[in-house]
Amino acid sequence: MIEILLQGLLLGGLYALFALGQSLMFGVMRLTNTAQGDFIILGGFFAISLVSATGLSPGLALLLIAPLAFVFGYALQRFVLNGTLGRDALPSLVVTFGLAIIIQNLLLEMYSADPRSLDAGPLALDSFTLGSITVGTLPLLTFFVAVLATGCLQALFSYTSLGRSFRAVSDDREAAQLMGIRPAIVYAQATGIAFVLIALAGTLQAMRTTVAPADGPLLLLFAFEAVIMGGMGSFWGTLLGALLLGLTQQIGFRLDPGWGIWFGHLTFLLVLLLRPQGLFPKTRG
Amino acid sequence: MSLLHAQSVTAAYGDAQALFGVDLRVNTGEVVALIGANGAGKSTLLKTLTGLLSPTSGAISFDGHPLASMDAADIVKLGMAMVPEGRRLFPSLTVEENLQMGTLSGRTGPWHLERVYQLFPILKEKRNNPATSLSGGQQQMVAIGRALMSNPRLLLCDEISLGLAPVVIREIYAALPALMEDGMSLLIVEQDVQLAMQVSSRVVCLQEGKVSLEGKSGELTREQISKAYFGL
Repeated sequence: MIEILLQGLLLGGLYALFALGQSLMFGVMRLTNTAQGDFIILGGFFAISLVSATGLSPGLALLLIAPLAFVFGYALQRFVLNGTLGRDALPSLVVTFGLAIIIQNLLLEMYSADPRSLDAGPLALDSFTLGSITVGTLPLLTFFVAVLATGCLQALFSYTSLGRSFRAVSDDREAAQLMGIRPAIVYAQATGIAFVLIALAGTLQAMRTTVAPADGPLLLLFAFEAVIMGGMGSFWGTLLGALLLGLTQQIGFRLDPGWGIWFGHLTFLLVLLLRPQGLFPKTRG
Repeated sequence: MSLLHAQSVTAAYGDAQALFGVDLRVNTGEVVALIGANGAGKSTLLKTLTGLLSPTSGAISFDGHPLASMDAADIVKLGMAMVPEGRRLFPSLTVEENLQMGTLSGRTGPWHLERVYQLFPILKEKRNNPATSLSGGQQQMVAIGRALMSNPRLLLCDEISLGLAPVVIREIYAALPALMEDGMSLLIVEQDVQLAMQVSSRVVCLQEGKVSLEGKSGELTREQISKAYFGL
């Protein structure tokens, strides 16, 4: 029993990394990135190619990928997605949906439909035992990375000037402009950070399991469910939503291997039904 | 030379034209009151001056800089700040965080957090409260303080008395002379004409998007003003 719970929480940690970027972009500019899952897969494939081309360890590769991901996200927001923002949410949905299709087909063209994974070296099989329970080192590491990322993001929002700008521009774009903020730049910075998280999630996903070009939409669904269950606009809420999703999926998997994802969806529907504002909605003064 | 000089400015919201060739000057150290009925174009003019709305024609210069194609974020850096109508505080920020937003303009000068707290001591007590949990008058103080934190040379105040109790309005207007000490100029939009006359040195009245009257505050008669105000 304890093992199921523990495995569920560790799975939830990975889902939290899928969801944090989504939560950030939605929180700052009300943009729903429907290509979130495909960008995660793209990140995974990029890490695989980089590691096989350079022979770097996945950890070192991440140090290289992170700044590239920031620049990519920044440019994507600045030159593509900023043009889709407005009163109407439809343009941004259509454009990110289009990006999702482009990425899926691009990956299919370049890598074929076969699932691939990133060789994590000895870390992949490493584990240790706590009493009667065996815990994988990599899932545990992923979990701590997720908690750390959530904490850093929350601290960035709460205590830095950039975080204040993120909140201000989200509250009232025009009033923020009167303060000297350029929303186009602030949005690009937010997406840059979101893409660092996306690259991190993709690399860890490729290390833990496999990535295939068609995997994206399912990851998007998990990210969505975590963000909405957690309550939009709160990073700790997103983490807890992701943990809940991981937990219920794991319980489902144990009952029947075909039930895991279905159980997650059921929990999501239940939360929507009983607490549509999410478990930890952002509290406003 | 005028600090602010708008020449035959026209502006529109889509197809609806709101300003028809407005001229306006504000000199250094001057308090100008902008009056007029609802829908006369006062707020539109302020939005156009601050860069939130692009004029369809005309020229605006501030401190010698043409503002025509500048956006709001650049204009505040030149030293024009606005206290917007309805205060527009950031609800997810505390009182102090709202005030700190004013420093993003990057301008230095006499105004800093401590001086704002000296001007409005109640804000220091409530510095860590969410800004929108304060009373209306206190929120207005935050909005004014936030604008002051950018150390403006010209402060635009859009209806700062709106929805406030008379005693609170007096308290807020009593703080204005302290702003003038450092040579700041003020452009005040005010519904209460009597109040506008008291605090300003010059009055400009708008009617249906045009300037209908301009003159020294003490020299205008009641008849002149009501004619300019209502067009009767």
